[in-house]
Amino acid sequence: MSETVASVSALIVKTLLANPKVPRDINGSSKIVEDLAFDSLAVMNFVMEIEDTLDVSVPLDRLADIRTIDDLAACIVSLKQAS
Amino acid sequence: MSIFSKYEGLASALSAVTAGGGRNPFNVVIEKPISSTVGLIEGRETLLFGTNNYLGLSQSPAAIEAAVEAAKAYGVGTTGSRIANGTQGLHRQLEERLCAFFRRRHCMVFSTGYQANLGTISALAGKDDYLLLDADSHASIYDGSRLGHAQVIRFRHNDADDLHKRLRRLEGTPGSKLIVVEGIYSMMGDVVPMAEFAAVKRETGAWLLADEAHSVGVMGEHGRGVAEADGVEDDVDFVVGTFSKSLGTVGGYCVSNHDGLDLIRLCSRPYMFTASLPPEVIAATMAALTELENRPELRVRLMDNARRLHAGLQAAGLRTGPQASPVVSVILDDVAVAVAFWNRLLDLGGYVNLSLPPATPDQHPLLRTSVMATHTPEQIDRAVEIFAVVAGEMGINRAA
Repeated sequence: MSETVASVSALIVKTLLANPKVPRDINGSSKIVEDLAFDSLAVMNFVMEIEDTLDVSVPLDRLADIRTIDDLAACIVSLKQAS
Repeated sequence: MSIFSKYEGLASALSAVTAGGGRNPFNVVIEKPISSTVGLIEGRETLLFGTNNYLGLSQSPAAIEAAVEAAKAYGVGTTGSRIANGTQGLHRQLEERLCAFFRRRHCMVFSTGYQANLGTISALAGKDDYLLLDADSHASIYDGSRLGHAQVIRFRHNDADDLHKRLRRLEGTPGSKLIVVEGIYSMMGDVVPMAEFAAVKRETGAWLLADEAHSVGVMGEHGRGVAEADGVEDDVDFVVGTFSKSLGTVGGYCVSNHDGLDLIRLCSRPYMFTASLPPEVIAATMAALTELENRPELRVRLMDNARRLHAGLQAAGLRTGPQASPVVSVILDDVAVAVAFWNRLLDLGGYVNLSLPPATPDQHPLLRTSVMATHTPEQIDRAVEIFAVVAGEMGINRAA
């Protein structure tokens, strides 16, 4: 089954909510650094979890352009399509 | 708006660390080293357990003498970069000495260890290549990846299977793949399973760079690091290291058998656009290298000391990493507790490094110690005793 931005975004939100420190009211428009209070290392570690779930590698330079959960989902979908 | 506004969060974090009259842990002054193991801090003789000076060679009489003689003979600086006027006979001699020590054909010497990683990694991995970095890599490796233009992929710390999985995802993708690992990781002192990474490298056709900054002079029969200890030196394409740990001076290097390394001299910006090492540092480094080669007993004593400290801290009910290595870290849960613990250790005459997240793995604050071959058993026992006293005062020692 091929992933869509919406399905990947939902999966990211679900994965994030498994962490009790993450605010409960997040959605696709939530900003990863500002709204989730993640530092640079936390962002990279969290992305690694998503990578394993979706069997994709997100190069670190792509993270620089990602602000929201939907941005990350769109990036992952484009990487999956490219591969 | 001030140009410093973006650092308000950092300022608050620093204020929290020094609240209650504690010291700024990033501003400790060693007024004077008295020996390799004792320094004067706040006017008191303090045991040094956080210097990375593994063999104690920063105070080597032979290295000091060599530095003095070199300064008298050649002056105190080169005033130029390696590709301009900054390559003197001594630089070539040091590169030849390192080639002989590592049994490799080529060597580049850099002005610091940080620049060695920056200059090697950024130049080796180009725009169409991939860098595969251990998640717990040192800042110099991450910064090297940012200075270059390769695509950067992290794999789980010390997990060769995870690396293999990520390389498999890149199958069929054009571009070279450069794996970067460290011999001993600087925060927890854990050792890379180099043979496992070498096997992945062989199977996938990737290139392998090992940063042996903390392991050269420490591991391997001849002190060449983890690759030597694991018998896989032929699989490591590039070894990067530093003079500012076991060799006790400053500077860095990359050694390799690949003839292309000489071309890197002409495209590595951290090599090309900075002044080269001064003569006295080169001379001291060569003298220290001679000691490292001729005194294998230093490595034996170092590892004995590492085991003594590791076992002592565990017996005192403190949580450490699993392996006894020259870096032994006590793992705590709370930053405020770690800061108070660190301050109290210094009150009682013990200097260690306070390492705080996000510079540490898994968000845990660490009291990071490094051991020396020149520590006496009594000094190690005293350090353990100070740790035990503070842990008791703070009520954080687990049932021993």
